[in-house]
Amino acid sequence: MTDASTETAPLLEIRNLGISYYTRAGEIPAVIDFSLRLDAGEAVALVGESGCGKSTVAMAIMRYLGRNGAIVDGQIFFKGRDITTLSEAELRQLRGGEIAMIYQEPMSALNPSMTIGDQLMEVPIYHSGASRAEAREMSISMLEDVGLPDPERVIASFPHQISGGQQQRVVIAMALMAKPSLLLLDEPTTALDVTVEAGIVDLIASLAAKHRTGMLYISHNLGLVLETCSRVNVMYSGEVVEEANVETLFNEPRHPYTKGLFDCIPLPDADKDARPLTPIRGQLPLPNERPKGCNFAPRCDFFEAGKCDAGAVALAGDEHRVRCVKWQDLKFDAVSADTGVAAGNPDQEEVLRVDALRKYYTLHDRSIGALISGKGITEVKANESLTMSAHKGETLAIVGESGCGKSTFAKVLMGLETATTGSVSLSGETIGDTPVRQRSRDQLASLQMVFQDPNETLNPSHSVGAQIARVVRRLSPDHTSHQEIHRRVEQLLALVKLPAEFALRKPRQLSGGQKQRIGIARAFAGNPSVVVADEPVSALDVSVQAAVTELLMDIQRERGTTLLFISHDLGVVRYLADRVVVMYLGRIVETGKTVDVFSPPYHPYTEALLSAVPIADTRYEKKRIVLEGSPPSTTNPPKGCPFHTRCPRKIGSVCETQEPPEVDAGNGHKIACHIPLEELRAVEPVIQAAS
Amino acid sequence: MTVDHATRVPTSNSTLRALGNAWRSFALLRESKIAMVGCGVISFWIVVALLAPVLAPFPPNAQVVPFQAPFAAAPDGGIFLLGTDQLGRDILSRVMWGARTVLFFAPIATFSAYVVGIVMGLAAGYLGGWVDDVLSRVSDIILSFPVLVLYIIIIATIGASGINIVIAVTFASAPGVMRIVRGLVLDLRTRNYVAAAQTRGESPWYIMLVEILPNARGPLIVDACLRVGYVIITIGVLGFLGLGLPPPDPDWGGMINEARALALAFPHMTVIPCIAISSLVLGFNLLADGIREVSLHD
Repeated sequence: MTDASTETAPLLEIRNLGISYYTRAGEIPAVIDFSLRLDAGEAVALVGESGCGKSTVAMAIMRYLGRNGAIVDGQIFFKGRDITTLSEAELRQLRGGEIAMIYQEPMSALNPSMTIGDQLMEVPIYHSGASRAEAREMSISMLEDVGLPDPERVIASFPHQISGGQQQRVVIAMALMAKPSLLLLDEPTTALDVTVEAGIVDLIASLAAKHRTGMLYISHNLGLVLETCSRVNVMYSGEVVEEANVETLFNEPRHPYTKGLFDCIPLPDADKDARPLTPIRGQLPLPNERPKGCNFAPRCDFFEAGKCDAGAVALAGDEHRVRCVKWQDLKFDAVSADTGVAAGNPDQEEVLRVDALRKYYTLHDRSIGALISGKGITEVKANESLTMSAHKGETLAIVGESGCGKSTFAKVLMGLETATTGSVSLSGETIGDTPVRQRSRDQLASLQMVFQDPNETLNPSHSVGAQIARVVRRLSPDHTSHQEIHRRVEQLLALVKLPAEFALRKPRQLSGGQKQRIGIARAFAGNPSVVVADEPVSALDVSVQAAVTELLMDIQRERGTTLLFISHDLGVVRYLADRVVVMYLGRIVETGKTVDVFSPPYHPYTEALLSAVPIADTRYEKKRIVLEGSPPSTTNPPKGCPFHTRCPRKIGSVCETQEPPEVDAGNGHKIACHIPLEELRAVEPVIQAAS
Repeated sequence: MTVDHATRVPTSNSTLRALGNAWRSFALLRESKIAMVGCGVISFWIVVALLAPVLAPFPPNAQVVPFQAPFAAAPDGGIFLLGTDQLGRDILSRVMWGARTVLFFAPIATFSAYVVGIVMGLAAGYLGGWVDDVLSRVSDIILSFPVLVLYIIIIATIGASGINIVIAVTFASAPGVMRIVRGLVLDLRTRNYVAAAQTRGESPWYIMLVEILPNARGPLIVDACLRVGYVIITIGVLGFLGLGLPPPDPDWGGMINEARALALAFPHMTVIPCIAISSLVLGFNLLADGIREVSLHD
């Protein structure tokens, strides 16, 4: 960093910060030797996987480490004052006044029993002694600033009455009310849909520019960091391992961990056959089990005994700092990831067929008001005439944002819900209206599911082996004796590349990625023909995501299983899917081969979705299309095209009155839109290689 | 973790492991001082109850010398450490034998209330629909009665005996247990491992008992400790009302009742069984607090 005015101190300067937590096991160093410098109006990113200490740094800046945490080393200077020596009273003025924080979960950051107005008005009333009327006026203008329509209504609402994106805007408004000079953002958009995320990211950038607020942006999403920040600190196991300008770091990462992170993310134009993801092996060491020397050594491909494990490694370099003893000798391009797997050609045999499937839920409102008005029953139209088919050995991705009905669809497939109308057939047998208890063993075994949340997918009370053994006993008729079941469990553990000892472990002794592997082993226990994977990796860290994704695809390729991959992550979908179905508000808006869906002609929704996904690569440019508002409710979906309320390409009243026809663009690529195909074809691609 | 069978799928050896788990849980519990005090008080009474035939200086129903104050000397040698009652029975011996009654019936009654309450709660929470409606309304009706009136009605109808105390306590406590279990089940049934069990075609009772119930154990153990305390009080109250065990067998509540009229003149006759009841209840409450404290730790 070059300092224009050397006499003014930077907004925030952290020097050799060390933070420890004190637990039953003794002192656990959470952050070691952390230094950072942030000027007014600048955005600095803190990137790392869960458990690397990035949130602890933010908490330390607020001096809010809880009872068992303490700053053991170093100083934090905010506007030249050392925060580590301030009293409680001074800290209160600082927190929320000069430094504000925005958290991941907007709903838990807002008090559910207070109106949004009251919560916002608190800030100026407390921090600058404003009167209620003044505070109200300030609140309304701030809500306008954060782009909320109708602030008068919002100010009188309770948090649950507005959408998640609106809640996060309110949280941002609240953070900005006291005109802070430093904003700490802890994964501010992780809980939001991508199209909503794009809007929030734009908002944060414009507000920071307007108020010259310094921002510390904590995230695990490299793509997002590229779009928002000017400098990046990559953290690993409590230490900064690399620090540089955004472009420098993305173009020429120096630390093997940083490089590894990039290799875990699918490129925007590569699919599974062109460039397999290369996961980082092993897992993050526990803070009390860190290796001697470099923390990353046990997982590093460039490890050299005697050099890397000799002692603590210091950050080297000035503008581009890296914590690696070998950084000057490393040449990453030499490592080729090409495994040369031939492109699997999916069979034409149809395994799963869904025809005009509808799933409506009826809600019974038993309140007296509803009885009087006669509106006791409302219908939620979760799935509206879905038609699709999946072939043997194929990966069919179902893409959409929360509330688009993709999880409901999975439930109907699995028999946890039954279809309202329409049919689902699996290998020729109709199963759409057969609840799971009435399905035959073969039907159960041939259609299995991998669930999203690793912490919920396994029963915490039973050992891993017992849980897999139970599935084998239920679904696999040729394994009956104790020994056979036992052998099968070992086979399944080997299938997901886990040692046989894991059978004895309880789920709490496993990491998130390992739990998800067990979930995969369980799904494949009965040799299924179709596996439904509902966001199987979205709750995992980037480096683990790649490993689990590759594993799932390997097993699928080996067994010829049909994979229904439900996801909101277009990067992963593009990488692994053969065909894609894009859903919006319970309907299919576009379907086709992956290559076709990801290039023009697009449905306007697909186009917006593609543009909203952050890309962690400086070699690509993309159009920015930010959708207005949030998806409408499924209890009262808009007439005509479901997307017309947010569509940037709406052509007129026809969109509001008539359901769009399904247009065939050739090669099985279908788009449900009123816009003539020629016009859609003329749209330029969202993502292009930078010139 | 037992390592001797490291590569085998666990099925054998499960008793050993269960013992190991129990020992580890106890080791955790030792970190809580409150829990240890509770454990101490409870163990004291358990030892007293078990060894009553050996420790008690007099037979519990032997009428020796009435109205003796504590530390009075007995005619044929020995001392009435805690005095005697209006019929001349040694109070210390009766308290010791009374501990056997209460420590026998209170856990049985609580266990019985739990079995019924858990089954009802699982069914109501997991099956939902009309099952939930019926069970919840029934429990509402039972809970809306004053407990004492309920006990009097039940015991008056079926008579006073040990087994009938268990029935009465079960009838009155099961709805409370059911509510707790139902609440826990409503949360746990939405977990993915339950969905996974459903998608492999498991029966509802398998899911309730194997997939859901073990994960509800934490709050239930705490509640069970508190509830044993309430049941001890209940047994005392029933004894006091003359609805407990038929005389002359020693029973703390009954002892208070019999000496009630003389409480002003001879306070030791009532105060001593009162202390016995409250110390045991306190022991269970402290243990419950301790377990809760430890379970919140990690």
